[in-house]
Amino acid sequence: MSLILRNRREKRFKAIGFSAIVFSLLCVISLFASVITAGAPSFKQTFLKFELDLPAEKLDKSGEKDITIMKKISTVGYKKILLQQLKLNLDKNGIDYSQLSKKELQNMISKEAPAQLRYAVLADPTLLDKTFSWETLANGRVDAYYKGRVTFESAQIDVMVSPKQLILADVMKDAGVLVVKFNPQFFTWPDASDLRPEAAGLGVAFLGSFYMMLIVFFLAVPISVCTSIFLEEFAPTNRITDFIEINISNLAAVPSIVFGILGLSLFINFGGLPQSAPIVGGLCLTLMTLPTVVIASRASIKAVPPSLRDAALALGASKTQAVFHHVLPSAAPGILTGTIIGLAQALGETAPLLLIGMVAFVREFPSLPPGGVMEPATALPVQIYNWTVRGDPAFVERASGAIIVLLTFMIAMNLLAIILRRRLEKRW
Amino acid sequence: MRSSGIYLHSSAQHHAWFGFLAILIPSALFLIGIFLIENYLINSLIEIEGATLFNSSADFILLKERVLEFSNNKLSEGRDFLFISSFAATVSYLFFGLGNNLDFGSEALSVVENTLVYSIVKLRMDSNLIELAIGLTVSIVSFYFSLKRISSKTNSRDKIEFFIKVILFGCSLIAVMTTIGIVVALVSETTNFLKMYPLDEFLFGTVWNPQFRGGGALGVLPLLWGTLYVSFIALILSVPVGLFSAIYLSEYATKRFRSFAKPGMELLAGIPTIVYGLFALVTVGPILRDYFAQPLSIGTSANSVMAAGLVMGIMLIPFVSSLSDDIINAVPQNLRDGSYALGATKSETIKKVILPAALPGIVGAVLLATSRAVGETMIVVLGAGAAAKISGNPFEGMATITAKIVNQLTGDKEFESPETLVAFALGLTLFCITLLLNVVALQIVRKYREQYD
Repeated sequence: MSLILRNRREKRFKAIGFSAIVFSLLCVISLFASVITAGAPSFKQTFLKFELDLPAEKLDKSGEKDITIMKKISTVGYKKILLQQLKLNLDKNGIDYSQLSKKELQNMISKEAPAQLRYAVLADPTLLDKTFSWETLANGRVDAYYKGRVTFESAQIDVMVSPKQLILADVMKDAGVLVVKFNPQFFTWPDASDLRPEAAGLGVAFLGSFYMMLIVFFLAVPISVCTSIFLEEFAPTNRITDFIEINISNLAAVPSIVFGILGLSLFINFGGLPQSAPIVGGLCLTLMTLPTVVIASRASIKAVPPSLRDAALALGASKTQAVFHHVLPSAAPGILTGTIIGLAQALGETAPLLLIGMVAFVREFPSLPPGGVMEPATALPVQIYNWTVRGDPAFVERASGAIIVLLTFMIAMNLLAIILRRRLEKRW
Repeated sequence: MRSSGIYLHSSAQHHAWFGFLAILIPSALFLIGIFLIENYLINSLIEIEGATLFNSSADFILLKERVLEFSNNKLSEGRDFLFISSFAATVSYLFFGLGNNLDFGSEALSVVENTLVYSIVKLRMDSNLIELAIGLTVSIVSFYFSLKRISSKTNSRDKIEFFIKVILFGCSLIAVMTTIGIVVALVSETTNFLKMYPLDEFLFGTVWNPQFRGGGALGVLPLLWGTLYVSFIALILSVPVGLFSAIYLSEYATKRFRSFAKPGMELLAGIPTIVYGLFALVTVGPILRDYFAQPLSIGTSANSVMAAGLVMGIMLIPFVSSLSDDIINAVPQNLRDGSYALGATKSETIKKVILPAALPGIVGAVLLATSRAVGETMIVVLGAGAAAKISGNPFEGMATITAKIVNQLTGDKEFESPETLVAFALGLTLFCITLLLNVVALQIVRKYREQYD
């Protein structure tokens, strides 16, 4: 074979390798680009911003700011007042809304807005005495119009929104009554029902995920550190030890959904724990992350040089003292890194949580731990799944926004792991 | 250790720990025992007293929940489960009894339920008293004995270290118990399933059509086909790309290139699967439909085996690449040097020397990747569609085993119908497939490693 041909083949081979890498990097870029372009709009929200002068005589019939009496006014009462106040403000700004029916004008406002106003008034009854500027959530379709999902053409065939409403929205935007601004409530509100994508937030999911991470941290770390110490330092070489080791490596490769089945039948059906509760999710994720943390901890315990152990033993320490006073502190940075990576993995896991009922629609915030871990909650990845499978594209946008949040958390955790490893790791 | 002329085996701290554990362990064991007996008694109480109220086990669970809720409410009334107030309540019960403050006349409880709640509250308070008495006695007795046993000659340290070792061993058994738990849960529910549905129809049935009211066909073959098809497409993409990336990174890349390409690829490995699922559903699926399937008129669905397979392939690239990287690096340098010395080019060395030497390891890596692909859930749930069918067209949606497990076990569950229980049989099938793949792969990788060690 001629040398030219061989060199050409060499070049071709190298090019194939290079393009394989370029392809995978392109995949990373397109994945991130697709998520970010789809999700970035979810951090902004359309509000109707106008002055509210609430009629005290209607909302507080006793006149004494008695909450129990004020609670009798339902959201329907607030809905009427919001519409009336919107009309007043539109008149004040000289905006003509006569083209719209009453229902169309009402539908400019989100169905969730009256409930939010009611909640605010009940929390602070002094709002009744003054005129204040209030940001009322606009309808999801109006919001979608400013995010490019709704156009005049699509509005004509959409029962939820009419072109007239969009025209009015533009006029209101010019007058400053309608604003598109950053929406911090995306992080604090609970989930919302199918017709109110504009009000859906990640609040409950954050809490649920946080509780589960607490459980995973406080269970997985001690258990896996003990396991790795036993296997690396104390375990005799016999069949039982072999069996444990094979078990752990197999457990690492068990599909995550199987842990969901385990949680369902062991913790819920057999153990009687409640469905949808972070405690069950936390336990499933603990069992799932155990192998990851064990493997990392074992590696870092193994990396501690034997001279350290020998020195401690030579000075009269017992084996246990040598391990707990010297080996474990030296291995701690590696264990910590492994733990963070395990936690990040657990944070993004979805499949097992679907099976234990965390996909349920939960609007109530769970209370503080420890009691709160027994109450229903959702989790970040499950909330993403939940939004993805709903029909309205507004929910898919919110799902992508939630993915951005989730990825930010995961990248932050992984960066923390890298930084800690660089800072704390000892080179022997 | 030497102290004031006496040789001590253990330090004061060890003795203190010994004393502490000597009190804690017996008391804790007693209390757990009492708690279990209490629960058993409460269950049998409900079962005997309430026998007239339920016909099925579901009724029993309902009644139990209701009664327990009421009795818990009664117990927590006025005290907050705090230790001191619980203690105070127990003491007041000792002197004054339950009294008449347990009147449920106003609440919606039947007579039987009312007496049940009363007996349960009484049982709880009684067991509180017994707990208190036994707990105190046991701890005082064990305190006395441990105090008597501790002397300068006691080997407290050995005892504590033995205790620590027992705990360490216990922790490492959790992994084993998890595996046992998985197997027991899957097998027991699968036997329940097989009592209602014949095994051969499950294993060889070619129709998957569960009916809400029961009586549907539950053949696993269409799901197995979907699973294997998606995995096959994923492997077709990920194995060559991952392998070539690994080859380029370990044999050709400059240090600088590697320093950003490797973390970039590892980024793919850290992304949660739900993100890939959304990517398949929102981006890849519609692109495939609009630019391939519809122009060629071979499919109209955004959910397709191709979309799920391609995205899963992307997910597996870093997995294959990092495994192959390890394996290629394990090939001894002198094999390469020998090949170069004979005048081979780099690519010839790789093709003729390194890859054949690394082949068993690479086969192992591919098997591990297959096991990952078979068990992957979120991508197929969102990307592959829900229709279970055996078809060769990759632009059609097909269901997989994992997707159907999610389908059957989310939402309303009836643990007495084969439609729900089939999920456990599917889980067992999945577990067996992945276990087999893993065991074989680990064997191959281990053998291969021994070859060069």
